[in-house]
Amino acid sequence: MNKSIHLTIDGKPVEAKHGQTIMQAADAAGIYIPRLCSHPDLRPIGSCRVCTVIVDGRPQAACVKPAMDGMVIENDTPELLQHRRNIIDMMFVEGNHFCMFCEKSGNCELQAMAYRFGITAPQYPFQFPEKAVDASHPDIMLDHNRCIMCARCVRASQELDGKNVFQAIGRGFHRKIGVDGEKALADTDMAVGDRSADVCPVGCIIKKRIGFRTAIGRRLYDRQPIGSDIEANATP
Amino acid sequence: MSKPRVATTSLAGCFGCHMSLLDIDERILSLIERVDFDRSPIDDIKHISQRCAIGLIEGGCCNEENVRVLYEFRKNCDLLISVGDCATMGGIPALRNNIPLQECIDEAYRTGVTVYNPDDITPQDPEIPLLLNRVYPCHEVVKIDYFLPGCPPSADTLWAALTALLSGQPLELPYELLKYD
Ligand code: SF4
Ligand code: SF4
Ligand code: FES
Repeated sequence: MNKSIHLTIDGKPVEAKHGQTIMQAADAAGIYIPRLCSHPDLRPIGSCRVCTVIVDGRPQAACVKPAMDGMVIENDTPELLQHRRNIIDMMFVEGNHFCMFCEKSGNCELQAMAYRFGITAPQYPFQFPEKAVDASHPDIMLDHNRCIMCARCVRASQELDGKNVFQAIGRGFHRKIGVDGEKALADTDMAVGDRSADVCPVGCIIKKRIGFRTAIGRRLYDRQPIGSDIEANATP
Repeated sequence: MSKPRVATTSLAGCFGCHMSLLDIDERILSLIERVDFDRSPIDDIKHISQRCAIGLIEGGCCNEENVRVLYEFRKNCDLLISVGDCATMGGIPALRNNIPLQECIDEAYRTGVTVYNPDDITPQDPEIPLLLNRVYPCHEVVKIDYFLPGCPPSADTLWAALTALLSGQPLELPYELLKYD
């Protein structure tokens, strides 16, 4: 079992350990596979499909698929870029993303992904759906207009906080994040120190009174594309 | 050889994108050496007078007049560019898009807390353009060739785009110049 795993990503040889996913092996090798629902501290669920790679000719979610010996993986191809852009575009038109006044702007993973892919405008018609804002909690705001249904908050609440504040409810286009079913956030045991208040990739779960603290130009993704930290580990 | 012409307009926008254009500072001197401005709020020419190389559109379409102006630009410009978040995605005016139009009008003229309107008049003069049911990004009304998002796009973004297009180069913005805020 200790024999190490050898695979290639875009032709580059990569060594992986047993039990690693394709994404973990790629990260360690300094190869960035774009992702949204995956978070290093949470169990992967493979739901957003932004991390799709082609493994031996078949599409697979890199965040859940275990690395196996001899895999030939494609990551950085025009087809996969197009597939990932399509998902990002859908997330923009299916929500209401007004980046110009969003507290998360500059630190948002959805926005950063669109920047990385060079998206200047989505290719699909805007839906402008009606979504609610829950500002009931004294320290935390929930703006469903910006939710991308990654379920990070659901997993963080259960796995890291030992609570069950968030659940996904409804089906299809009406699917949304519920708090203890249909309650308001103030009626739950959510606390501002919970990890579930930290993991949201977008501006849906927002801590009050700390927005816009970082000057434009110094925010996370103002100068460096998302994934640059991983790519900095690349061996030549 | 005559200079290429540039036309600009502000539809459902706040003129912030035009302010950003003026924010190219002294580069505006080299810009007017390379182009002639046609219809634009900057020179107050009311209609496009001849074929233009580039049309810059600020703002989306919130009323019928916006749509007419946008048609005029599409008809007379070789390249049409959506400038700013309002032109590309509706922007702040599109915040009304999931509220019925009548509710918006009532809030603005009748029921809003700061409204003083003892005769209960809502605007209906034929001179006033009719509002559309919702605010549309420009590319949902006519074909748009390029998009420069941002609220507003920075002067450097506008400069990079204009200089690239005027010298026949493809428009590829460097990472720091593509922003949605
Ligand atoms: S959540 Fe991200 S993409 Fe959505 S409005 Fe905020 S910054 Fe923009
Ligand atoms: S609230 Fe945030 S963390 Fe939770 S599902 Fe929506 S986008 Fe993901
Ligand atoms: S990151 Fe793998 S499916 Fe979302």
